[in-house]
Amino acid sequence: MAWVGRSLRRFRDPVLLRGEGRFTADLADGAHTVRFVRSPVARGRIIAIETGHPEQTFTATDLAGLKPIRPLLHRPDYVPVDQPILATDRVCYLGEPIAAVIGETPEQAEDLAAGVFVDIEPENAVVDSDQALAPDAAAVHPQAAGNVLIEGKIRTPGVDAAFEAAAEIIEIEIRSHRQSAMPLEARAAHAAFDSASGRVTLTASVQMPHMLRTGLADILGMAEADLRVVAPDVGGAFGQKMSLAPEHAVVVWLARKLRRSMRWIEDRRENLMASFHSRDQHYVVRGAFDADYKLLAIDADLRCNVGAYSCYPVTCGVEPLMAMAEFPGPYDFQEYAVRARGIATNTCPVAPYRGVSRPVITLALERLMDCAAERFAVEPVEIRRRNLIASFPYKTVTGLEYDEGSYRQAIEMAEQAVDLAAFRIRQCEARGDGRYLGIGFSVFCERGGYGTPAFAARAMDITPGFETVEISMDPSGFVAARIGASPHGQGLETSLAQIIADELGMAPERIRIIHGDTDRTPYGWGTFASRSIVISGGASKRAAEKLKAQLCEVAAERLQADAGQITIKDGRAMVQGGDASIALSELARAVYHQSHQFTSRDEPALTARATYDPFGTFSNACHAAIVEVDPETGQIDIERYVVVEDAGRLINPLIVDGQIQGGVAQGIANALFEEIVYDADGNLLTTLLMDYLVPTAAEIPEIEIYHLETTTGASITKAKGIGEGGTIGAPAAVLGAVSDALAPFNTGIFEMPITPERIRALLRDGA
Amino acid sequence: MTKLDISLTVNGDNYPIKVEARRTLADALRDDCRLTGTHLGCEHGVCGACTVLVDDQPVRACLGFAVQFEGTEIRTVEGLANGDELHPLQQAFWDNHGLQCGFCTPGFLMLALAVLEDNPDIGDEELQRALSSNLCRCTGYQNIVKAVRAAAAAMKK
Repeated sequence: MAWVGRSLRRFRDPVLLRGEGRFTADLADGAHTVRFVRSPVARGRIIAIETGHPEQTFTATDLAGLKPIRPLLHRPDYVPVDQPILATDRVCYLGEPIAAVIGETPEQAEDLAAGVFVDIEPENAVVDSDQALAPDAAAVHPQAAGNVLIEGKIRTPGVDAAFEAAAEIIEIEIRSHRQSAMPLEARAAHAAFDSASGRVTLTASVQMPHMLRTGLADILGMAEADLRVVAPDVGGAFGQKMSLAPEHAVVVWLARKLRRSMRWIEDRRENLMASFHSRDQHYVVRGAFDADYKLLAIDADLRCNVGAYSCYPVTCGVEPLMAMAEFPGPYDFQEYAVRARGIATNTCPVAPYRGVSRPVITLALERLMDCAAERFAVEPVEIRRRNLIASFPYKTVTGLEYDEGSYRQAIEMAEQAVDLAAFRIRQCEARGDGRYLGIGFSVFCERGGYGTPAFAARAMDITPGFETVEISMDPSGFVAARIGASPHGQGLETSLAQIIADELGMAPERIRIIHGDTDRTPYGWGTFASRSIVISGGASKRAAEKLKAQLCEVAAERLQADAGQITIKDGRAMVQGGDASIALSELARAVYHQSHQFTSRDEPALTARATYDPFGTFSNACHAAIVEVDPETGQIDIERYVVVEDAGRLINPLIVDGQIQGGVAQGIANALFEEIVYDADGNLLTTLLMDYLVPTAAEIPEIEIYHLETTTGASITKAKGIGEGGTIGAPAAVLGAVSDALAPFNTGIFEMPITPERIRALLRDGA
Repeated sequence: MTKLDISLTVNGDNYPIKVEARRTLADALRDDCRLTGTHLGCEHGVCGACTVLVDDQPVRACLGFAVQFEGTEIRTVEGLANGDELHPLQQAFWDNHGLQCGFCTPGFLMLALAVLEDNPDIGDEELQRALSSNLCRCTGYQNIVKAVRAAAAAMKK
């Protein structure tokens, strides 16, 4: 029986359950503490920095030899902006690091930081994208007049004609307020200096250890070989820990300068203020429909507030360019006009967060479909069915090629699961009793597992995408697979072992997945963009196939047969149709310790290496939410939440369902609760988890999950990416349901999070 | 700042430590007792990652000073398993995929332990309300609730 497809419990869990996990802060014993002095204003000129402890305080002047952070896109519409490691003469956002102080203990470092006085002459801040785009707006950076750092445009030739021919044109305006990925473990870094070798080991809570090593070596002007980056247990990341942050550079620089260990453990206030934010977006979208409610064309203006600086390595193009390219989603239309801008403001820099722009794209498209359904007086399911892509492969108007999917089947399955017809009757009856129920559907496809061909289309200076796996069987007969991907709670130690186990005919318990250490793993891109199981899984399969071929060769020699006659099963190599067999452990020991007996191998080792760099796959799903809204208070209860997901072949269903459940919870959080709020001067109003409302077990409903398993040729394991889908689909389903519930009040919901306060305001305005 | 000699009793063991009066219980457990299973997620009493039991009651270890806890019986995640044998709660979290990154997990385990010790027959709604004391960012809670429910049954046996 195959290991792939089984819900194996995760190998790492007992350690984490015993409290024996090793997160960065757990490994920082004995290090000095670094504390950052941060800008208390959103924008201003630094006049002076005064400290009573100059030997323990470091500013931009001390870091003069360091290069700035310089994220690059090779596009004429991109304005590169350098981010200094510590602010020099000006500050561009509240929380920007200005100085670093070091203390023997965290308490002492905090005392010292409190004693640093920064004299800043504040200037008027540009906080939101409307303000930044105003004709008389101050420039956040002098080189970007108009505050546009990136602008993508597409316009197909027939778009005007499509709008002229349209039976109905629907226009909507979508606002997504700023969010934080809010991993439960905030950022953390520990830099240990080894005086014997001169090397620094940076242990940090990050997603891309190899990328971080390259970026830091560039900034610090050092050999990559002199820096080891280790990502130990990582307490959630969701995109926030992808980017290189100035704090990482300071900690490594201090360890080298002072020749000792340094730790920086971010507190929650810093995390909400100065770690990366996401999805501060404003869209205006028009859709042209023919009389049979077929979507003919989309015209979209997509504005993304990207904060004060571009993030490294993916740049501030990540949100607007993804929104531009992936906007068409699961729907068939061939005329498209889009303008997608990344807009600089005096706010915390924006970086990817689970789903990046896709939760907002999906919200926009699905609300458009809902509004069109209302205009044409058809069921929301019907208008989607009419417009969903049904034949594959399909090439979108933006040039993406979708592999095989089940877009229509998914919505039909969701419709059945919720029993839409029965719900409509219940909804009608409830309205008679003064209760407001609503249903919302959200259909989308999730691009995952995309390699360098896809990223190259963005003209990134650093083009990520491939993954390499090095696999070896040691003399004990155990297997180690060294991967460039870097999991933080997704259970790759287990799911990759399942893939390898099937190839090698051995138990996954005998396979170790080694990750998160630049000294021990091949160069790779870490974990983001629903890529690991597709790309690292594919590379694992390929590497295991090569190792298997070696095992068959040596087994054939030992068993006096042809390699083609050897099968490997249950840890033994055997000759087909014969009795001869040998345990892999015995065989492996012989390869290393009796190498003179083997002539088929050039080297006395069982080791292979493989890379996988796919174009990408598209998983798809339909979410359906049923909510009840209390118009008196604006409170929303989610009564039922259904997910029909097609992620191709499921490697480990337990883990897949966990990803969906957690993703949906974050999507519901986006839809209903979480919002980073600045005041008009750029002061942050949400600095605690009492202000930034992360939902609890009381707010998240049970998620009912149904699977379709469409086989794809676009992924060599047949698995598709699943990591972001929950978050992508949930806002549209929830907001659609709330809108449906409030239909009698003639108010639609186009803004997230939709809080009770906003619902009350809409109902008051409507009345 | 002056350091005070205090002694904490954690998982039945005595830890004589020297701490400043302002050192929190969480920092004392982690940095002075070297029991790093208790995690810090917010340090302002919302997330519950630092939940430990003090005289059987769940307490946010980030909200108290270590010096306040002399003479109490403190229990942390490190005291849950019996040698190689996982506690039924730990086993149920493993069996039901009640954790992903594992950072909130020690706090949830200790919270659930207090809840089940207090009321082994706790109802579903009450359990959900009790578990809403802590935050998890990965699981969506469903499997945590399921795990605690399974552990409640196992602990009665």
